[in-house]
Amino acid sequence: MREPPLSNCEKSFLLKAIREGKRLDGRETYDYRNIKISFGTDYGCCIVELGRTRVLGQVSCELVPPKVNRPTEGIIFFNLELSPMASPAFELGRQSELLIKLNRLLERCLRNSKCIDTESLCVVAGEKVWQVRVDLHLLNHEGNIIDAASIAAIVALSHFRRHDVSIQGDEVTVYTPEEREPVPLSIHHMPICVSFAFFQQGTYLLVDPSDREERVLDGMLVIAMNKHREICTIQSSGGIMLLKEQVLRCSKIAGVKVTEITELIQKALENDKKIRKEGGKCGFVESMPQQWITAFKVEKAPVDVTDVEEKAEGILSRAEPPAEAVSKPVLWATGTAQIGEGLESSWRDMEEEEGQVEDEDDEGAIDDPTLAVTQNIEMEDISGKEEKKSDVDVVVLSDSEEEEVIILEPEESRIHTRSKHPADSSATKTTAGKKKRKKKFAL
Amino acid sequence: MAGLELLSDQGYRLDGRKAVELRKIQARMGVFAQADGSAYIEQGNTKALAVVYGPHEIRGSRSKALHDRAVVNCQYSMATFSTGERKRRPHGDRKSSEMTLHLKQTFEAAILTQLYPRSQIDIYVQILQADGGNYCACVNAATLAIMDAGIPMRDYVCACSTGFIEDTPLVDLCYVEEAAGGPQLALALLPKSEQIALLEMNSRLHEDHLEKVLDAASKACRDVYAVLDRVVRDHVQEVCTLLGE
Repeated sequence: MREPPLSNCEKSFLLKAIREGKRLDGRETYDYRNIKISFGTDYGCCIVELGRTRVLGQVSCELVPPKVNRPTEGIIFFNLELSPMASPAFELGRQSELLIKLNRLLERCLRNSKCIDTESLCVVAGEKVWQVRVDLHLLNHEGNIIDAASIAAIVALSHFRRHDVSIQGDEVTVYTPEEREPVPLSIHHMPICVSFAFFQQGTYLLVDPSDREERVLDGMLVIAMNKHREICTIQSSGGIMLLKEQVLRCSKIAGVKVTEITELIQKALENDKKIRKEGGKCGFVESMPQQWITAFKVEKAPVDVTDVEEKAEGILSRAEPPAEAVSKPVLWATGTAQIGEGLESSWRDMEEEEGQVEDEDDEGAIDDPTLAVTQNIEMEDISGKEEKKSDVDVVVLSDSEEEEVIILEPEESRIHTRSKHPADSSATKTTAGKKKRKKKFAL
Repeated sequence: MAGLELLSDQGYRLDGRKAVELRKIQARMGVFAQADGSAYIEQGNTKALAVVYGPHEIRGSRSKALHDRAVVNCQYSMATFSTGERKRRPHGDRKSSEMTLHLKQTFEAAILTQLYPRSQIDIYVQILQADGGNYCACVNAATLAIMDAGIPMRDYVCACSTGFIEDTPLVDLCYVEEAAGGPQLALALLPKSEQIALLEMNSRLHEDHLEKVLDAASKACRDVYAVLDRVVRDHVQEVCTLLGE
């Protein structure tokens, strides 16, 4: 399955964020994601997590005849696998361009920089040497595979212990771990890859791109370095034109990052050594955090909240007060109006209710039929005046179900109501009733 | 290799060159009639042949076509007789695939691919004799071949390798110098704008020396450019006189 391409919206959003120096996960431009290193129960097995990119490293070795042209050197073999488990875009058994690129980079980073003393892997010159195999499996792909893989490879190699061998005359003895303590490989230095992503023809630079960022980048530059600030590999990729200054700047940044990562690796290795010595629990199961409830768990994304309050206040002070939301009333027929389109028709229920209301009104009219209604109208009249000063006065009925409905009272009728003439008021009442009916038809 | 003195006290290298001296470059454009563009280059004993077809319609699966630019298809191969030991496979191993990728990347950056949407440009390069600087010879040969094919590029792409021995950058390494295992850097440069189309480095080099090596490499690339430019001008003149008659 090919990875679905990013939409233009998403692309421009990401690019805009990058232009503003922001990243989706809240990192700064030169920040790495969190690196976590955990070890398996066996020697030479580790999982490296770079954010949510996970790489499993496993080192194994066997005795083989050496290569003809290098009879006194051991053999180191690297293999990175991109399984479909990591991302549906990876297919099994296909050597994609990406895979070739990554494998060659790893080889160049770790083998050509001679970080492992291959001559110490020789058992009998020209006959038997150790072949060390480093298998790296990508378990989850969230961007920047090469950095995670290079860390996993060097961690697995430094963690690995091979069987001890002794030679007496022609006899070669390989000791089991019970007989003799296994020996570590001799590692001269730890080369670590640092990836730089370039955006917009090299204008913007990010360290450790995530998978989203990887999909919008223009070009990459990978620099492998060790903590002595020796460059082990440089590789530019993608159709981008770099300038010398950019390369030099990247190499400076890489130097800093590599020192940090190397310290972390050494700490992790020492920690593991201590645990093993004390006979503590080790292995992936132990290093997994115990989370009984896995659902609803959301990782806290660090969000930049400095000067947010001031900013918000600034925006509030600058913003104009919201305009009074008055939508234009729709005039359906003379004397009726409506604001908005309304919801479902619920006239049947209302008709019954209104019938009751009118009955009540009629009953009230026996006592003082006019006063109640006129007062009511007057009050609403005032409120209507305050709210809206248009040529036509609006009376808002306070009936809960008819909030949206406004009855336009002609000027004269209001004057009539104010005169508090009993006959007139009763007339207004009836007109109001009529209007109600009219409105019903209009709706 | 320990006995070899790569740089003598007098400042000469194994083959008698100075540290910043290139090997002799001889090149010819238009060596094949069938192809749209072709070139042959010799850099010392490294010999490379490049052939360019296109731009033409996409061959093979149509899904590869890009709507906004041309696809650059490269193939790097080494003749089985090119190295000291006979090679089993001319192409397809990891190193060759990587080289293919690098070539592709270099020329995708240099060719104005957006002028030919939905089309394809094929670049086939073969090393006839390998004596160090294979990538560089391939890039230089391919540049000439692309020019011969009349495909517009941003600029010449000139490549040169550089080593670093005894605090001195050595340009245009030969096989023996490469095999010694010192640091080596391959640079593909667009000489006019000094932009880097590809940068590749192996083995160990201290960060402080990087600038020095990069400078030497870009100087060497500009030297290569001078040679290539002369070759192109000579070729064009030759063609013009032939057409004129």
